[in-house]
Amino acid sequence: MKLFSFKGGIHPPENKDLTENLKIEDFKIPKEICIPLLQHIGVVLEPLVKVGDRVKKGQKIGDSSGFLSSPVHSSVSGVVKKIEVRPFPVSGRVNTVIIENDYEEEIFEYPKYKEYEKLTKDELLKIVREMGIVGQGGATFPTHIKLNPPKDKKIDVLLINGAECEPYLNADNRLMLEQTEKVVKGIDIFRHILGVQRVVIGIEENKEEAIHKMKEEASKYGMEIAVLKTKYPQGGEKQLIKAVLDREVPSGKLPSEVGVVVQNTATALSVYEAVIEGKPVIEKVLTVSGLGVKTPKNLRVRIGTQFKEILDYVEIDREKTEKLVMGGPMMGLAQHSEEVPVIKGTSGILALTKKEMNPYKSRACITCGKCVDACPMNLSPLMYAKLARFQEWKEMDKYDLLDCIECGSCSFVCPANRPLTEGIKIGKAKLRAMKR
Amino acid sequence: MDKLYRVGQSPHIRTKETIESVMYDVVIALLPTLLVAIYFFGMKALYMTLVAVISAMLAEYVSLKLMKREITIFDGSAIITGMLFAFISPVTLPYPYIIIGSVVSIVIGKMVFGGLGHNVFNPALLGRVFLMASWPALLTRYVNVDGSAGATTLDYLKKGKDLMEVFGHNVYLDMFIGKMAGSMGETSALALLIGGLYLIYKKHIDWKMPVTIISAVFILALIFGQNPFYHILSGGLFIGAFFMATDMVTTPYTTSGKIIFGLGVACITMLIRLKGSYPEGVAFSILIMNGVTSLINKYTKPKKFGEVKSNE
Repeated sequence: MKLFSFKGGIHPPENKDLTENLKIEDFKIPKEICIPLLQHIGVVLEPLVKVGDRVKKGQKIGDSSGFLSSPVHSSVSGVVKKIEVRPFPVSGRVNTVIIENDYEEEIFEYPKYKEYEKLTKDELLKIVREMGIVGQGGATFPTHIKLNPPKDKKIDVLLINGAECEPYLNADNRLMLEQTEKVVKGIDIFRHILGVQRVVIGIEENKEEAIHKMKEEASKYGMEIAVLKTKYPQGGEKQLIKAVLDREVPSGKLPSEVGVVVQNTATALSVYEAVIEGKPVIEKVLTVSGLGVKTPKNLRVRIGTQFKEILDYVEIDREKTEKLVMGGPMMGLAQHSEEVPVIKGTSGILALTKKEMNPYKSRACITCGKCVDACPMNLSPLMYAKLARFQEWKEMDKYDLLDCIECGSCSFVCPANRPLTEGIKIGKAKLRAMKR
Repeated sequence: MDKLYRVGQSPHIRTKETIESVMYDVVIALLPTLLVAIYFFGMKALYMTLVAVISAMLAEYVSLKLMKREITIFDGSAIITGMLFAFISPVTLPYPYIIIGSVVSIVIGKMVFGGLGHNVFNPALLGRVFLMASWPALLTRYVNVDGSAGATTLDYLKKGKDLMEVFGHNVYLDMFIGKMAGSMGETSALALLIGGLYLIYKKHIDWKMPVTIISAVFILALIFGQNPFYHILSGGLFIGAFFMATDMVTTPYTTSGKIIFGLGVACITMLIRLKGSYPEGVAFSILIMNGVTSLINKYTKPKKFGEVKSNE
């Protein structure tokens, strides 16, 4: 069988076995829900409710007229207790709506469209926006914008990212397995919106069962499955396009440049639920794992649930846990505390111990070039740490710093544990400031 | 207050590989050569290697102390330098000179540049060239495996003699397994090849470097009407190709850079062998190419992903 792949990349320990055969469990609905008014790339939303208001489950509680925005909805029915600035898992603090759950589960009704083929592209895009759908691979880019590429770019392929190449995570894997029909139908809605014929679903080789089930279902719609080599970052948009279609997205451009739109499988499910079931994004399936928890699980969680409640449930060992990460171990965000809520971009919560992190004191670079071999963008990461140290930002630009996708492969393989990704992130910020 | 976790940039996991594990893999890769040297040259080969390694480590210890740095003499790099220095010395070299060479390798070759990762030249080769310049006679006093003193095959070649005539039998096999005169760790192409393959398997070195050097020397020998097998199997070519030109710190990290470096080494080696006054040229050629490594790196920057025309 042909396995699709790209040049570079790494093979971190997968650790998927901790949760890969565990069915998605519904997590208990918490008494208090915290919905940050920012769950997408873009600006903070305006609250549409005030303290004391009663809200229904699914009711829109925050929105903005900004171009790059996507509304948020209440994930329970209850009363707005507070609107205040609270810790936010992406960075710093953000205005957050706190709702006390009344456990009545009174639903805010939206229209349901079983026959989505009858809707126009614009009508569907409007639903996608109103239901708060953002890219659930973790980047949280508003989906309605991604599904509406510039008119001059002709899109001929819809590529579905089912790679889930981050170690530990199994949320997409389980969704493809347990909700196959809905996911595929969601993909068909994407296809309808984009008006393309060819659909390719890329899944990594290590998800044998998911590949099998998806193949069966997708063939009914004439969609293709591309089995990908298990390798990180196989799910990187540009890597995925290169691997499956052998098209190279030009530096600084978007996939639409080569006629492709990439969407995640979990996002496809959200679109299905939004259009056919009239359900906004108020839940998130995520993997809770890492050697710091006793019973790793795949959970369906209401958005706004505090990490702490989830971690108590999976019996976290707080002594042993060194780092708490939202997302995967390669690109996830380290959390200071458990007092942060699950948001639309939360694909996993990991309690990592020293043992699995493998810390090692940073040493001098021996120019072994392992980072160069690992870089999926074909850059020279070893130069960045060096140049960042001497604050040579302009020189970093010459080494194509802005093309870095921050996948962390270089830092992972470095035997000297150089702060490569750190140097890159600082360098990027400095360079962007200089270019402004 | 609730527990505050450690924060920091992603990635949050890293490879099991460390500087130490990489270095000790190189040490392991050098062991077959050591064993062959002991087999052919006796226990003196082992003692010489130990003296070189211990003096290299001590020299590094003192340097680090003086520089007020963390003591990292067990990271394996000094052990490699000591081993390599011993291997490129003739077994007749008296102990004091081994110590001098080893100390020069570490202090001048590595520590004055700032220690591991900062040196420009291969330390062991620098030590060797220092001795060659200071006491040239000592460095060419080779013994045959039977203990008799003798010239190396390259000496014969230079004098225009046919090796079959000199030795009276097919010498390829002897040369390949190391049954010949020469520096103690240079003679066995087989042992060096085994170690080199181990490093390639472990992904610590790129096969393109040794393959470029050896095949370029082979082809150049053919062009100049010499026996290519003598040229690739004699002198320090194998140890140079597998263990010196692949030194991570002092040679290019880019793939095309490695090929350019390898071609440079091959050309300069042949130039010295055929036209120079030294019988052997691998040490000089690698050191010369070390000097242009950063330049090679700069001009062989890999072509980044997405360096394609956009449809505008």
